[in-house]
Amino acid sequence: MKSHLRVKTYFAILLMIIFGPLGNVMLGKGMKRVGEISVHSPAQIFHTLVTIFSTTEIWIGITFLITFFLTYMLVLSWADYTFVQPSSSVSYGMVALLSHFLLREAITPLRWLGVLVICLGVFIVSWTPPRTTGGPNAA
Amino acid sequence: MPREIVLLFFVVCAGTMGELCISRGMKMVGEVRNFSPRNLLYVILQVIRVKWIWLGFSLEATAFFSLLWVLSFANVSEVVPVTSMSYAVGALGGKLFLRERVTRERWTGILLVTVGVILVLIGRS
Repeated sequence: MKSHLRVKTYFAILLMIIFGPLGNVMLGKGMKRVGEISVHSPAQIFHTLVTIFSTTEIWIGITFLITFFLTYMLVLSWADYTFVQPSSSVSYGMVALLSHFLLREAITPLRWLGVLVICLGVFIVSWTPPRTTGGPNAA
Repeated sequence: MPREIVLLFFVVCAGTMGELCISRGMKMVGEVRNFSPRNLLYVILQVIRVKWIWLGFSLEATAFFSLLWVLSFANVSEVVPVTSMSYAVGALGGKLFLRERVTRERWTGILLVTVGVILVLIGRS
C-alpha cells in the first residue's frame, strides 16, 4: 500500500474506532434519559417512540453511527477488508473505556478480562480470509 | 436478568439474521458495477422487489429497537461486548444458510468471543 493511502486508511480506521463506540455510548446515555420502557398498550409504545426520537443524545448517537458506517464503506472502497476488519476488535475495548470514563459505569476486573478476550477473538475472526466459498482466494 | 438476556438474544440473532437476509437478497440482485445515478435508481428498484431485503430490513429494525430497549436499563459496557456474539451466530448462519465454509481459525476466534462474553456476563459489579 502506498504511503498516502496508508495514512488515509489509518485515519479512517481511527474515525471508525472513535465514532462507532461513541455512537453506542450516546445511545446508552440517551436511553438512560428516556428511562425504562414499558410496552403495555399501543398508546404507551407510541409515546415511548416519540420520547426516544425527541432525545438529543439518541440523534447524536445515530449520527455518530452513520458516520462510522459511511467511513467503513468508504475505507473498504480502497483498502482490503482483511486489513480494515480486525480494527473493529479495538472498538469493544473502546466502548468499555468510554462507558467507564464518560458514563461512569463500574467495570469489574473480570469484565475487563472478558472485553480483552472478546477483542482477541474478534481480531482472529476478522483476520481470517473473508471469502471461503470458492474462487482464487478460497481457503 | 432474563429480560436482558431475551432482548440481547433479539439484538444478536435478529441483527445477524437481518444481515444474512440482506446478503442473500443482494446476491440475487447481483454485483453493482455501474454507479451512475440512472443505474443506481434501477438497482434500488430491483432491490425493493426482493422479499429477502424486506425481511432483512424488518429484522434489522427489530434488532435496533431491542438494542435501544436493553440500553434503557443495562450498562453499555455490558450490552455492546455481548453483541459480539453476532460473530458466532453469523458463522453458524453463514455455514447453514449460505453454505459458506468456516475455517478452523475462525472457529477459534468465535470460541474466544464466546468465552469473553461469558466473562462479561458473570463479571457484574
